[in-house]
Amino acid sequence: MAEKIHTKGKSSIKRSRFIKYFLTYLFMLLLSLVIIYPLLITVMTAFKNSDVVAFTLSFQGPWTLKNFQDLFMTTLYGKWYWNTLVISVATMVIQVAVVTLAGYTYSRYSFAGKKWSLTFFLVVQMVPTMAALTAFYVLGMLLNGLDHYWFLTLIYIGGGIPMNTWLMKGYFDTVPYDFDESAKLDGAGNFTIFWKIVMPLVKPMIAVQALWAFMGPFGDFMTARYLLREESNLTVAVGLQQFISDPKDQQVALFAAGAILIALPICALFFYLQKYFVTGLTAGGAKG
Amino acid sequence: MKKSPNQALGLSIIPGLGQFYNGQKLKAGLFFGAFLIFVVEMIFFGWSALTGLITLGTVPMEDHSMFLMVKGTLQLLILVIFIMFYVLNLRDARQTAKQINEGHKIPVSFSEMRESLGTNGFPYLLTMPAYLLMIFTIILPVLVTLFMAFTNYDFNHIPPAQLIDWNGLENFKNMFFLSTYRATFGAVFSWTLIWTMCATTLQIVLGIFVAVVAHQDFIKFKRIFGIIFLLPWAVPAFVTILSFSNIFNDSAGAINVQVIPFLNHIFFTHIPSIDWMTDPFWTKVALIMIQGWLGFPYIYVLVTGILQSISDDLYEAATIDGATALQKFNNITLPAIFSVAAPTFVTQYTFNFNNFSIIYLFNNGGPGDVGGGAGNSDILISWIYKLTTNTTPQYGLASAVTIIISAIVIGVSLLVFKKTNAFKMEG
Repeated sequence: MAEKIHTKGKSSIKRSRFIKYFLTYLFMLLLSLVIIYPLLITVMTAFKNSDVVAFTLSFQGPWTLKNFQDLFMTTLYGKWYWNTLVISVATMVIQVAVVTLAGYTYSRYSFAGKKWSLTFFLVVQMVPTMAALTAFYVLGMLLNGLDHYWFLTLIYIGGGIPMNTWLMKGYFDTVPYDFDESAKLDGAGNFTIFWKIVMPLVKPMIAVQALWAFMGPFGDFMTARYLLREESNLTVAVGLQQFISDPKDQQVALFAAGAILIALPICALFFYLQKYFVTGLTAGGAKG
Repeated sequence: MKKSPNQALGLSIIPGLGQFYNGQKLKAGLFFGAFLIFVVEMIFFGWSALTGLITLGTVPMEDHSMFLMVKGTLQLLILVIFIMFYVLNLRDARQTAKQINEGHKIPVSFSEMRESLGTNGFPYLLTMPAYLLMIFTIILPVLVTLFMAFTNYDFNHIPPAQLIDWNGLENFKNMFFLSTYRATFGAVFSWTLIWTMCATTLQIVLGIFVAVVAHQDFIKFKRIFGIIFLLPWAVPAFVTILSFSNIFNDSAGAINVQVIPFLNHIFFTHIPSIDWMTDPFWTKVALIMIQGWLGFPYIYVLVTGILQSISDDLYEAATIDGATALQKFNNITLPAIFSVAAPTFVTQYTFNFNNFSIIYLFNNGGPGDVGGGAGNSDILISWIYKLTTNTTPQYGLASAVTIIISAIVIGVSLLVFKKTNAFKMEG
């Protein structure tokens, strides 16, 4: 009798465990499907004939690379891509340099106005970029910066400074002060401590900052659309939207091919640096 | 020799004199030089810039009101910086005199000053580029926008052909009391709130749920699932949003052509095609679902990190005490998540409140029209964009809406940050 109950309990545990396993995997598979399906549609469409109308998943040929060829031969896509690369690299280099210096300072030094300016950074980063759009335009007219990359680049750099300085400071804070102290005892100067001792330890966060700064201009639509007018001066985000913005003449295949060429390198960088920014995120997030 | 701090302070009313009194000749020269530069700047540029800001120009075609406003705002910033320098100068004279009296050695020569600057001025030197960039790309433009909200800058007043005038609170009055704008503002604002609440809550709940489910020990292929779940974050958002706007196309999109027929086929239902792009209700539903898709990976990554940091002992102790799975989740897991991630959650809400890309790129704020140039799915930020880019731009009104938005976002964020004690101001 007692034994019977025991086996019965065992099988019910087994069954409930089976249900748990089943539901878990079912959920994860369904979610994967929902994530992959729309992405796969875009990837597939890129290799379809350019007269394709329906934006659906189909594994039927004919397959072609003509869209990619058209992209560079008949549209300004190559130019747009180059424009965006120039802006992205400039933004990345300058922003990372500026933010690293500022973040280091806020982490390591105490000086008059520190607390006040940190709060100021926090408030400033909450103001939406949109708030300044018309002002950017007028400023651009005044400084002859409309349709010029230096102006757009400056705006991208400046806009990222407050939030990224906060993140950078949070990460610098995780490097123990003892390192600085012992280096100072050994006679190292300010610069040596910064460059030789602390910098190597925050490389992961710098990699993340670089990635985000680099990705910014690729993803920004609003500011670029507002400040760049000449067709050949556009960034790739604004240009790509033009392929499908006219409801009567949507070139979905061309769009899909262009989308892939943007998404692939960024995805690759993203997954390459993933482990860094996951730690950066939780370290920074935990501390604030 | 004893110095009188008060006399040093008094002399510093003209910057440099107090420092001279303290025996710091070089510093005195520098301070006085900075003072002179400011006075000269004020005479040749500053004064006219400030009066320009007040009048906003008097002669059409000759005075460009907006340029005058930008220059005047810049001059205001210069003035503020000078005042900060001035206060610093007063304090410095007093402090140095005190230090002399207390027997401290003060830097006098060039090499001494350089050394002193190396330690005390180093922080300012390092943060200088950040401040300069922020002044020109954030502070100046935001101030100009703030001023614009109190002017009549619109399609009837385009400089340099016409002048712009200050019109006080007119724009704010129009927004709340002029019937057309009031109706539009009400409609857009309430959808903005619904959108922010639904979309953000969906992405947070989904993110937490996925993290908790995927964190279970028995799961195989964790790495592969991990990569798949990150894809929506890794692919640039504008690419996916544009793709989704094709996928939800009423006549040619995958949802109506492929997904709905497929579901009908399996479940023997008869769901008809849905007007995703032309029916306001369904556009809104689609937008919220897409934002859930786009936004959950970030939360998932964050929460997974937190879950890994919770000690197993807690769960074991709870199990011994006979806690159910749900009790463990409510009393151990959730509090741990919120204690770390609450500030991030708030930023997600404020992010969606201003999530321009998805609204604009998915259906251009459409379909239809709720007056004032706004479409049915327009949120405040995309309405502002339309107000400034359509054929009859309303820059003043747009700036007024911007100010209201910014005030809401900053107010709510600060309140929550203060409550959750995030962003601790240590050191």
